[in-house]
Amino acid sequence: MDVQYINPFVFSICNTLETMCATKVTIGKPRVKEANTPLTDVSGVIGFSGDAAGSVVVHFTFDVASAIASKFACCEITPDHEDFSDAIGELANMIAGSAKARFEGLNISISLPNVVIGKNHNVSSAKNEKRILIPCETNLGSFLVELGMVISKTNEAKQAVVATGV
Amino acid sequence: MKIMLVDDSRTIRNIQKNVLKQLDYTDIVEAEDGVIALDKFTETNPDLCLIDWNMPNMDGITLVRKIREINKTVPLIMCTTEAEKTRVIEAIKAGVNNYIVKPFTVESLGEKINQTLSKASAQV
Repeated sequence: MDVQYINPFVFSICNTLETMCATKVTIGKPRVKEANTPLTDVSGVIGFSGDAAGSVVVHFTFDVASAIASKFACCEITPDHEDFSDAIGELANMIAGSAKARFEGLNISISLPNVVIGKNHNVSSAKNEKRILIPCETNLGSFLVELGMVISKTNEAKQAVVATGV
Repeated sequence: MKIMLVDDSRTIRNIQKNVLKQLDYTDIVEAEDGVIALDKFTETNPDLCLIDWNMPNMDGITLVRKIREINKTVPLIMCTTEAEKTRVIEAIKAGVNNYIVKPFTVESLGEKINQTLSKASAQV
């Protein structure tokens, strides 16, 4: 995966959390995900198709997911709340959608959100491409955004990312 | 004033409902996809619709086109993560009156709703 594709996601993570949760995000140093590493407890997954293939996965512990979902929905949302997975899925959707818009000139579609809930689970990709973990720190707790993305129109994508100033 | 909220996320519909309540709009109809929305539209005849783009069963852009086949004037606002210019143009061509990109602030959502409603009432 080309590392410059990380920048639109850094923008969208910060923008989504700041706009919807009034929460500033400090982005840590991105790193390559090791194979089958068990991660956290709650994962919001959005797939990409069209000119890009792959997915973005937002990983939380139960506590952080609950704190962020509550701030997002403006009411207390614990993991057993009926809207818990809906709120996490919608956050992942906004992060993916907002990043996608910064790849101008490419026709990228995003899937409807899927949410995986379970202590220390791993979300693996069917393909053996490198996936990047972006650490995110907020006053509500830390979380990880996992990104695996391959763009078929590479040159156009590079131009697009440069053109949008990210 | 009856307002229909069409979004597959109940969390988003609740956020939108809270904004509408602050603006004193309390007569609200909800639908979680385009198919249900189309049925409810003909049943309830809303005065404004807020429509998400990506939904199961029938997406928002198809819903906008179907509503415009039966009602040319009702104000429609697309509220979506689809922020590319090409998508905005596609939505305007399909017949939306306004466009809100997610993530949105409560203030910007309220502003767009008020803006759309005053434009619509000025045209009557």
